[in-house]
Amino acid sequence: MSGFDQGRSSDVLDVHERARFEQLVLPHLDAAFNLARWLLKRREDSEDVTQEAMLRAFRFFRGFHGGDGRAWLLQIVRNTCYTWLEKNRPGELMTEFDEELHLQPSVTPESLAISGDNRERLGRALETLPPRFREVLVLRELEGCSYKEIAAITAIPIGTVMSALARARQRLQRALTQTPAQEASREL
Amino acid sequence: MSCEYARTTLHGYLDGELDAARSAEFERHLESCRECATALAAEESLRSSLQRSGLYEQASVSLRKKTRTELDGATSSPVPRRIPAWRWLAVGASILVVAAVSWYVWPRPGTGGAASAPFTAAELIDAHVRSLQPGHLTDVASTDQHTVKPWFDGKLDYAPPVKDYADEGFPLVGGRLDVLAGRNVAAVVYARRKHVINVFVLPTKEPDTPIHPPGLRQGYQWLHWRRQGMEYCAVSDVSLSDLHELAQLIYQ
Repeated sequence: MSGFDQGRSSDVLDVHERARFEQLVLPHLDAAFNLARWLLKRREDSEDVTQEAMLRAFRFFRGFHGGDGRAWLLQIVRNTCYTWLEKNRPGELMTEFDEELHLQPSVTPESLAISGDNRERLGRALETLPPRFREVLVLRELEGCSYKEIAAITAIPIGTVMSALARARQRLQRALTQTPAQEASREL
Repeated sequence: MSCEYARTTLHGYLDGELDAARSAEFERHLESCRECATALAAEESLRSSLQRSGLYEQASVSLRKKTRTELDGATSSPVPRRIPAWRWLAVGASILVVAAVSWYVWPRPGTGGAASAPFTAAELIDAHVRSLQPGHLTDVASTDQHTVKPWFDGKLDYAPPVKDYADEGFPLVGGRLDVLAGRNVAAVVYARRKHVINVFVLPTKEPDTPIHPPGLRQGYQWLHWRRQGMEYCAVSDVSLSDLHELAQLIYQ
């Protein structure tokens, strides 16, 4: 694990640590839930795992020595999500090693014509991506994280965040252009 | 895709993560490479779709509450609770009823009426949440009312009442100048065990009102009242009975 020292865990923290946690970490609960939601897809699972991650963060809080509270929390949320996926949906983590084989050109005129309010279509396309592509897109485009923060959260070396995003965007463009007919019939 | 730039550098450029030299180099390349120009336009369009799509999902109120309950269980509490369990049940039930009702009766802006506050619930909660960000809670940090009260002099055109209720379990933490509905207001900050309570105070010409039925939003509660030409709003994530206790102390 790169990035932050999570330190040793303790079961109970005192009121001063709780107050610090409320100031530095709890304001990022939305960010935590949003990341879990896009990694796990189902809302109920995401709520359970977010709650578990918040408690873990609290117990590891003594190892947090200031700095970026959001990135620190999101790293814990991400790890908790992957542990949960390995246990409950191991199949989803297996799909990502063959992607180099069929990487296709992706920029087409159709992909330029995504309408901005097409939330459902975008959401579904995003969900078809393997988790490791999905998470960099969510962190970059929805959460507005810098490359440095993405590297800390996902344990990707900072030098490869750019190419990871490039490939993720390519996959998303492709997912969006692959199913237009299907989408049209569903919307009618 | 044949252009090497389009594979990676374009994305660093799109994300504003290239240094000045590489950024300038890419811009020069962009002038002559149609493939990159098209790809950049496509990526910009995709980005703006993603950001405008409302895909960001926020934590629900119930998750917020469950998380706080879990954290309470993992926090050592110096003050044991003395209130028997059946009373908490009664309080819980009344919170639910009152919250459900007040969600609808909380005055919306523009509806007028004697009980309407000059700001909305959303502005109130935003101000409270903002105050919880690091370094934002107090402009003057002091448990001494004789330090906090004069601090507001000259910063506002009215003198908000400030009193320490440490003996009653609500120690004064300090004061802050805040903005609600575009005007400066006084925020008097109290602590209750592990929690922060913001009491916003501003002058009013309306007659006194009793402590208003509470509202609940995003896991935070508030109480509203008017007393002797001042309008009060207390906001916190403490229990409603705690918040009410403080409101009554101030109201006296």
